[in-house]
Formats: sequence, C-alpha cells, structure tokens
Amino acid sequence: MKKQYASEFVLSSSPHIRNKESVPKIMYWVVGTLLLPVGASIYFFRMNAIRILLISIVFSILTELIFLAARKKDLSAVFDGSALITGILLALTLPPGLKSSYVAIGAFVAIALGKQVFGGLGYNIFNPALVGRAFLQAAFPVAMTTWVPPVVQKVVDAKTFATPLGGFKFSHILTPYKNLIIGNTGGSLGETSAILLIIGGTILLIKKYIDWRIPTGILLSVFVFQGALYIANPQKFANPLYFLFAGGLLLGAFFMATDMVTSPITPKGSWIYAIGIGFLVVLIRVFGGLPEGVMYSILIMNSFVPLLNRYTRPKILGEGGKK
Amino acid sequence: MNKKTFPKGVHPPDKKELSKEFKIEFFPPGKTVVIPLHQHTGAPAEPLVKKKDRVLKGQKIGEAKGFISANIHSPVSGTVKSVEPHVTPLGKNVLSVIIENDGEDELFPEIKPLKDDPFSYSPEEVRNAVREAGIVGLGGAAFPTSVKLSPPKEYPVDTVILNGAECEPYLTTDYRLMLEKTDEIIAGAEILKETVGASKIYIGVEDNKEDVINLYEEKLKGRSDFEVAPLKTKYPQGGEKMLIKAILGREVPTGGLPFHVGVLVQNVGTTYAVYETLKTGMPLIERVLTVTGEGVKEPKNLQVRVGTMFKDIIEYAGGYVGKPGKLIMGGPMMGISQWTDVVPVLKATSGILVIPEEELPKKKEYNCIGCNSCVEHCPMNLVPTRIVVLSKNERFEDAKSWGLMDCIECGTCSYVCPANIPLVHWIRFGKSGYIKLRKKSEK
Repeated sequence: MKKQYASEFVLSSSPHIRNKESVPKIMYWVVGTLLLPVGASIYFFRMNAIRILLISIVFSILTELIFLAARKKDLSAVFDGSALITGILLALTLPPGLKSSYVAIGAFVAIALGKQVFGGLGYNIFNPALVGRAFLQAAFPVAMTTWVPPVVQKVVDAKTFATPLGGFKFSHILTPYKNLIIGNTGGSLGETSAILLIIGGTILLIKKYIDWRIPTGILLSVFVFQGALYIANPQKFANPLYFLFAGGLLLGAFFMATDMVTSPITPKGSWIYAIGIGFLVVLIRVFGGLPEGVMYSILIMNSFVPLLNRYTRPKILGEGGKK
Repeated sequence: MNKKTFPKGVHPPDKKELSKEFKIEFFPPGKTVVIPLHQHTGAPAEPLVKKKDRVLKGQKIGEAKGFISANIHSPVSGTVKSVEPHVTPLGKNVLSVIIENDGEDELFPEIKPLKDDPFSYSPEEVRNAVREAGIVGLGGAAFPTSVKLSPPKEYPVDTVILNGAECEPYLTTDYRLMLEKTDEIIAGAEILKETVGASKIYIGVEDNKEDVINLYEEKLKGRSDFEVAPLKTKYPQGGEKMLIKAILGREVPTGGLPFHVGVLVQNVGTTYAVYETLKTGMPLIERVLTVTGEGVKEPKNLQVRVGTMFKDIIEYAGGYVGKPGKLIMGGPMMGISQWTDVVPVLKATSGILVIPEEELPKKKEYNCIGCNSCVEHCPMNLVPTRIVVLSKNERFEDAKSWGLMDCIECGTCSYVCPANIPLVHWIRFGKSGYIKLRKKSEK
C-alpha cells in the first residue's frame, strides 16, 4: 500500500466544534451595556461627559497600541474591545469637572501600569481602569474630590456641592432616593443613575457574561453589614438601602468587580471575593476618612484573587468516595 | 415525564436530523478488507494466519493476548494478502491482516451457538462466549466486554444501565439500533443482568429520542425490574459517570470504575452484539455506524463489516460535498480526526463524520481571560483552565492535585471557551507528561 504523509484533511485533537462565544463578543456586549450609564452621564453632565469619555477612550487605545507595538505583538489585538472598556470605565469613575490632561494621564496609567506591564489582556492582577483612577486619586486628590452638579439641577452654591455619600458623611444630608435612582445627583460621571446600571448589569447577568455570584455577594454583604450598623444606631448610620444606591457601588458591583480577568475562577473564590468587597466598602465608607470606598475595596480584593483561586478548588465529581 | 440529568454540561446543536430517518442498510464489504490486530483497549492480539492462507467468514485470525485483550475474526471469506502494519483511524500503524475478499461469504464451519436458547447460558458461559467472540465496548472506548462482565467478587453489582444516551451530536447509530432491534436489546440486557447478578435494569435515553422512550415504555409496561430512564438532552449525558449520577445519584469514586458503586454500564450496541453472539455463535465482525455530516452527500446508517475502508463507505454515501475540512471517526466532541480516508472501520467505529471546510470553527485564540466558562460547564467539576496553566508549565504533580487525571476528555471546556484555547489538548499533554513523570520516578 502506498504510504501517504501529507494530510488530506485538517487535523486537530477533539473537540471539533465550538460554540459562538468569543473574547471580542463578550467585550462588545459589555461595551453595549455600558452605553446605558454613558448615556446617563451625557444627559446629566453634557459637554464634560463627552470630553472626558473621548479623551479617556482615545488615550486608552493609543497607549494600548504603543505598548503592543513596543512588545512586537499583533496590533489587531487593539480591536478585542478590552482597551475600549477600560477607557469607558475609567471615564465613568471620574469627577465631571476633571481637567483633560489628568484624564489623559489616567488613561495612560490604566493601560500601561494596569495592564500592559503584566503582559497584556488576561495577565493583569488589578482592574486597569481602577489602577488609573487610583493613580489620579493619589496624584491629584483635590481635583478628584471636587464635584460638579448635574446640569439639570439648580444648585445655589456649586462650590460646596457634595456627592450623596459625602453629603451624608460630612453634613448628614440625605439625597432623595428618587434622585439616586434616576441619577440626578452629584458624583462620578457614570455612577449616578442606579436604574440604568441595574438594567445594564441585568443584561450581562442574563447573557452570563458576568458571574452572578459577584454582584449578588457584594450587594447582599453591603446590605447585611450596613444593615447591622443601622439597626444598632439608626441615627448615626445610613440606611443600608441608601448605601446600595448612592456612590459607585452599583457601577463597581456590576461592571468593575466582575472583570473576568481580575476576579476568581472558582465559585467559592467568587463568593469570598464578593463578600470581602462588600465588607471593605462598608468599613471604608463608615469608618474611613473618605466617603467612598468601592475603588479601594475592589483593588484590595483583586490582589487576593490568585490566592483565592489556589485555595478554593471545587470538589471533583466522585472525590472522597470509597473504592 | 420525570427527566433526569447530571450537573453542568453543554448543549451543542445535535444535527441528528441529517441521518436519523434512514433505516439501517447493509453495506457489502469491499474487495480488500484490512483488519488491525489492535483495535481495543489492552494488549494487541497475535496473528493466527499468514500470507496466502485461505480464511472463512467468522474464523479467528487474531488471538487475544492476556486478560485485557480481544480476539479478532475474519469478516469475509478469502485469501490473506499480507500481514503487515497498516494505518488505523487511531492514528498509528498497527499490524493488520489484509484479506482479499472472494465475495462468497463462506462461513467458518465451527460457527454455531453453544446452546439453542440464549437464556440457558450460565454466567461463566456468557463470559466465555463474549470473550471468544472478541466483543468490545461499541460506544467508542473498545474496552473488552468480558472484562467488564467479570467485576471483583467484593463489589456486588446490583444495577445494569444500558447506555442509549448517544449524546454525541450527529450520530444516530444507537438510535436506529434501539428502534430496529428492540427485542434483541431487551433480551441482551436481561442476559447481562443475570451474568453479573444484578436485580435491576435501566435503559437511559435522551429526550431528543422520544420515539425510543415511548417504544421501550410500551414494551416494558408493568415491569419493575426493567425501566426506561428518560434523560435530558445534554452533553456528555452518555459518559459513564454522568449516566450513573443522573439515573442513580451515585458518584463513581475518583479513579474508580462503575462496579465500585455496584453498576454495570453497557452501550446498547454492545448489548445487541452480546445477544447476537449467544444466539448465532457469530463473533463480532460487523457493526452499525452512521456516515454523516454536512460534508457527505447522503448521510446513512449502515451495517458494515469491520475492515471496510472509510473511503468506500463515503463513496457509497454519495461522496464528499465540496471540499472536506475534517474527516472524523466518531462524533464531533470526542471523535478522532483523520489524515486519510484509506483507513478501516474498527469494532468501535460508531460514526464517520465529514465537516466541510467552510463549517470548521474559525475562532481566534486569545489569552485566558478567566471567564469561568470552563469551570461552569465541566461535568467532572474541574477547573480546566487552572489544570491547563499548570500542565503548560510542566507542573504535572500540581496539575494532578487539581484533577488532571480525572478529566474524561469530553471536550466541553474547549467547546465553550471564548478564547478558543484547546483546553482538552493541553490536558492530554498534561496527562502524558504526568504518566512519564510517574514512570521515571518508579525506576
């Protein structure tokens, strides 16, 4: 029989079929749902929102391109959607009045130090957008805590305008729930409209593009921990519902903490991670010097992810059974 | 209907509609048949014939070597052209008996049943007859059936499960057999039950084969010792461990076998083969398979002799449509891709699948983004991506502690991975690395 060595067919090991999911598809679904808070930010903060979003996105993508080129990687990776998400997310966490140059620096740091120095997509430990924001918070603390009221709100004294959490912490002023839910309050660009964040997050949950355990664990633990404080002293501590809707918690719980790369891969790990974030949020908001603590809570728990993955291996089918 | 299932798994498009309507038809063997002497799990058989010998249909031409091995028989009458290595669908060159078929189908005279009534065999006689007939698991694993029928005494088997799940997409072999050989399969199951001393039989069938479920429910009406277990259509429902978990709720212990939890699982095709052997005395020389896929013109279910060339079968099915991308033995999830169609049908060839070039997945590979999809779907509850990272870094001992050796290679993780990482491929790499490491340390 004649020996043939060149294959007439494509060769590979099984399986030979794949489903329709892909990394860019997931990324662009996240981008699509982010358009909801993006829309809200443009409605409430107008030109400021457009300016910050554009600069953040452009500089994120530029930085990504520069690093891909420097690392001699395939430049088409810039289209995977991840740098776009970082650009949008960073913008959504920034105060509406922030100077354009600061935004550009933040975007550069997010991609360069948050992602590319670790080896690019999939290898970073911390959420890149939050790395960028944390850098800005450290470098420009005043600018990062100066708030601009939404254009649709008539505020008498814009200089002392505060966010719902800041207002409560420093002056015990509560923002009406209606404003928190719709988004007609002060705060970072994308965190104000609770309802749109919940809708966007729900879409991602239904598509299974985010792990349901993470927002569930964060929101429940914030509710429970803050609830315990509230029951102990309702005069001193905020209502747990207020804590859920005010500040960056919903943006963080649905869009930041759920970043696939920087959250655990095991179910048990995800629960511990989420509850840890919830606990730290309450701790920082109530007992810390800052009114808000979502960013630091997520970054701190990000650093535990490799450890959590390592020590939360699920029980294998049949493990522990007697032979 | 109370449908059972196991945790996790996936739902690939089932594509059974391509071939499910076609009745099993007999496909005559070609002019030359190639019979590899190693087509089962265990040791290869030793050749009993040489060049120019005349052989008859059903004659033993390969002798099982050792306990885990299987006899090989001639599927046709004719002359031995040569005994030489030939490539098989498993990818290796294997010593094979190549026979020039004379087309007479002259029967080997010693072929007759030991007893007239298949139900009068003692358990020992069943085991011997099955061993003599060279029967192996026809679902794909090709494990010698006589070994499976001889569980250790300290593990009494109480339940026989007939595996009629056929969870691999495209394949309709077991589906057609269950419809067309109903009474034989039921009879075979009862013989298996007596052989291992069990008291209960289940036949597990996925609910995409509702006609089969209804047929067996009708046949088994009023019986409490033999029941249909309707299963949710979900891959890999037909995996032994998943089937046992779904039907009985028992978990086969890590590194263990079904008898450790008192179960014997047999594929319905194997069950049919056992019954036929006991009834006619004919060894295992033919089987039913599905030739299918968008890449063949007329998908069919065929009864073919072992040793028939893939090429002939594909020609009989109208040939390739367009440019074939992949030729696969078995199903799309666990089948083996072929580099040539000049390979023979083995005892365990359940299907021949052709995927045209334009239908092949074209996903780009990315770094793992930690999406959890493999973890959320793995039916063994493993963390595939972690095992793969450890295997890639040749940390085989660590990979083992994460369940490397428990992977059943069902392909679910690779199927769902959005980064298109060939996870199962890397796990296979890890397994072979671990085995090498163990052998080294034993020396």
